[in-house]
Amino acid sequence: MTAATLAAPLAPARRPGLVAGMRHTFTLAWRSLVQIKHNPMELLDLSIQPVMFVLLFTYVFGTAIAGSPGDYLKFALPGIIVQNAFFATMTTGFGLNTDLTKGVFDRLRALPVARWAPLAGRILADTVKQAWSVALLIGVGMILGFRVNHGFAGLLAAFLLLLVFSLAASWISVLVGVLVSEPDKVQIFGFMVIFPLTFTSNAFVPTDKMPSWLQHWVEINPATILADALRGLLVSGPVAGPVARSLIWAGVLLAVFAPPAVRALRRRV
Amino acid sequence: MTYAIRAEGLVRRFGATTALAGVDLAVPTGTVFGLLGPNGAGKTTAVRVLATLLAADEGHATVGGYDVRRDAHRVRQLIGLTGQYASVDENLTGTENLLLIGRLLGLSRSDARARARALLADFQLTDAAERAAKTYSGGMRRRLDLAASLVGRPQVLFLDEPTTGLDPRSRNELWDIVRDLVADGVTVLLTTQYLEEADQLAGEIAVVDHGRVIAQGTPEELKARTGGQVLAVRPTDPTDLPTVVAVATEVTGTAPEVAQTTVTVPVNDPDVLPAMVRRLDAAEVAVAELALRGASLDEVFLSLTGHRAEQDAPAGTDLERIPA
Repeated sequence: MTAATLAAPLAPARRPGLVAGMRHTFTLAWRSLVQIKHNPMELLDLSIQPVMFVLLFTYVFGTAIAGSPGDYLKFALPGIIVQNAFFATMTTGFGLNTDLTKGVFDRLRALPVARWAPLAGRILADTVKQAWSVALLIGVGMILGFRVNHGFAGLLAAFLLLLVFSLAASWISVLVGVLVSEPDKVQIFGFMVIFPLTFTSNAFVPTDKMPSWLQHWVEINPATILADALRGLLVSGPVAGPVARSLIWAGVLLAVFAPPAVRALRRRV
Repeated sequence: MTYAIRAEGLVRRFGATTALAGVDLAVPTGTVFGLLGPNGAGKTTAVRVLATLLAADEGHATVGGYDVRRDAHRVRQLIGLTGQYASVDENLTGTENLLLIGRLLGLSRSDARARARALLADFQLTDAAERAAKTYSGGMRRRLDLAASLVGRPQVLFLDEPTTGLDPRSRNELWDIVRDLVADGVTVLLTTQYLEEADQLAGEIAVVDHGRVIAQGTPEELKARTGGQVLAVRPTDPTDLPTVVAVATEVTGTAPEVAQTTVTVPVNDPDVLPAMVRRLDAAEVAVAELALRGASLDEVFLSLTGHRAEQDAPAGTDLERIPA
């Protein structure tokens, strides 16, 4: 038992500052990413599902909607990226809820780490996962004939916009993750909300092919706006308007969901 | 005497439920202190307050001399927490779990690795070090939990029901580890619903029920409070149970308890035993077991609270788990 206990505690005496908090965040993000090694299902979610969506949509709906799979891919890949981004935000709530229900969160909070680090670490890790699946989606798309018309700058801008939007949207996921009693309910919520949300947008089907009463919603749906912004940045079409409206949506989501999410988390732990 | 943990008048409510209704505790440095009580008694809430995870509505507490609210960060540097609700990450290996905590505590990569290796060896987990914790047996999980709470070399260790759900062998192993830790000078606050566990490990026990400490003392003192001894009779033929109950009631003047086929009754007068033998013989009851023994903490609990410590309350009544 010599290693178990020795005289002095290891951690420094000061309250963790920003630098220490960042270090904690990186360590906790490492933890979330290492988990994938032991949980192959997660890799499946992150890799196979997006690829499957690209293949199915392109070859099943492509000709019917756009005349050819190649033309449809140009339209739909940005939409698939948006849907994937929404689903990816759900991992934050799922992981958070797992930590809360299994007691990992308590263990972390009983350590002298920055109070915000456990959540920040999780969001950072989920951002990395998101980046992975976006890269995969674009990679597979390119193999199938998708072309990025605005070069690296367009790609980078699209990626940054997705990141900002996802960070804002992940507060919905945090709120749900804190409120529900078990991780599976986060997934159920995700399916119940994200499928209708993304299917009633122009992510997969152009707005003018939908019934007129639905078109009003489709036009203001954040999934439509974000998909249009990505189309503008990656392929063609207007950029400034959709990007600005996407950022407004991100701001609205942040303002509406972040405060109650933080309050709920404080109450629960 | 210095106290590693002091609490005065801790009150904590969850909505209409009062989980802690004014708890005072004083745990001398270097001892094991047992918080004994059934599910929902407030044990876990007390630990969460002392471990800085939950704010008390009233009262205050210090750990290692630091206030758990004002100096929460200092307290977190002194404590280790292991329990049902403070657990390791199942999707990480043993090594990764300990590395994570070492790195969060500010150890360098190589120091964290060395510390992880040493702790895994101490807890006989070296062979399982590179396996995900979800593949561990219950006993291995608890050992890893305990190892994780020791990465920071805590002076005060909170063990929240550390052996719930463990088989007797794993439980004994864990008890030995706790004894070793105390020999090294660590102060341990142990919560348990196993009366035997408190008896085995703790130098001092506080019995908790409905958020209050209803009795406190050494295991011996608490046992003495029930008047000392218990007479246990198990008839060979279970159909004789009513006769045994009637005889026991008559001889001792107290209504006995029946658990399965054993009748137990607290006794103060040692002459009761020969009287009991004579009466059972006269009634022609064959007995498989007839013994006079010291009161167990279970009986202490019964005499203090008027009800038994429920070992398995249904999940819905476990108020400590629902802090909302």
